[in-house]
Amino acid sequence: MGILDFLKRKPEPTATVARERLRIIVAQERSTRGAPDYLPMMRNELLEVIKKYVHVDIEAININLERDSGHEILELSVTLPDGKSPDKAGSDAKAG
Amino acid sequence: MTAEIIVVTSGKGGVGKTTTSASLATGLAMAGKKVAVIDFDVGLRNLDLIMGCERRVVYDFINVVHGEATLKQSLIKDKRHDNLYVLAASQTRDKDALTQEGVEKVLDGLSEDGFDYVVCDSPAGIEKGAHLAMYFADHAVVVVNPEVSSVRDSDRILGLLASKTRRAERGEGAITQHLLLTRYNPARVAIGEMLSVKDVEEILGISVVGVIPESENVLTASNNGIPVIVDVNSMAGQAYSDTVARILGEERPLRFIDVPKKGFLQRVFGG
Repeated sequence: MGILDFLKRKPEPTATVARERLRIIVAQERSTRGAPDYLPMMRNELLEVIKKYVHVDIEAININLERDSGHEILELSVTLPDGKSPDKAGSDAKAG
Repeated sequence: MTAEIIVVTSGKGGVGKTTTSASLATGLAMAGKKVAVIDFDVGLRNLDLIMGCERRVVYDFINVVHGEATLKQSLIKDKRHDNLYVLAASQTRDKDALTQEGVEKVLDGLSEDGFDYVVCDSPAGIEKGAHLAMYFADHAVVVVNPEVSSVRDSDRILGLLASKTRRAERGEGAITQHLLLTRYNPARVAIGEMLSVKDVEEILGISVVGVIPESENVLTASNNGIPVIVDVNSMAGQAYSDTVARILGEERPLRFIDVPKKGFLQRVFGG
């Protein structure tokens, strides 16, 4: 209590917090919508394999499924930790 | 002539689906259309109470589906509007009582009887009842509250509407999606305590067909068994009338989305 409180920034309105949280979760859920159920499990298994060789976090693996006319592209991207080269390894594989 | 089928859905429960179904069906009937409103919530009958016809239910939706009663016997005529009928949900606990073929048969029967609109009041959730309520729809009214879990659920429902309906499966063109924001409190939006119309529209990527302000008249209406749209003096009733007009293709500006300005005397004397 006192003069310090006075100088503190006003807290963010809760509606703004709600909006930002929703933006993120809705975008995330839309990107996985209609994707096969095995994707999360495959992501975890891939992580296990990669962990044998390099120490990476689960957040470092990004799986993206894109539909083009007639075929689907499964894109897998792994961000490797600093000090390793190359920084980013990307591989494309066709599925479906 | 086939009936236009409108599903009222939301994913989350308690956001105002049945209130909306009752007012939408009544509003369409007030506009001169022949309307049937069906309660798809098998096991938990509610629409009859909101429509004020609970003591006149003899046969229900499942009875018609199973051929135990005819459509004519089961449709309950509204007290106020001659061209409005209610088909009550069954109170059976058998969740498999409703089948896709059965629902199709009932909807075809209503088309043959010359109905212009069939309003399907969906149960909450994304299970069988909700799926069947949306499957045959031409239009969807997605009811959403300015609240995180409701917004997220309605995004999920919008996704299902785009893929899990007969129109989508047959490639007959997407069903028309209408977003209806209910329980809106402009005073709380103004002080940053509630998501605004614009916030919800931006997150979901779809514009609203109407905004229903949070109003005590909604509870009063349900206490009395009279759809709130009949209460033409209430803000909620007027907002529903605007919404029905927009669904019928009329252009009307949004009302009741700003904090009412206080008059001079109110500012001086308070209140």
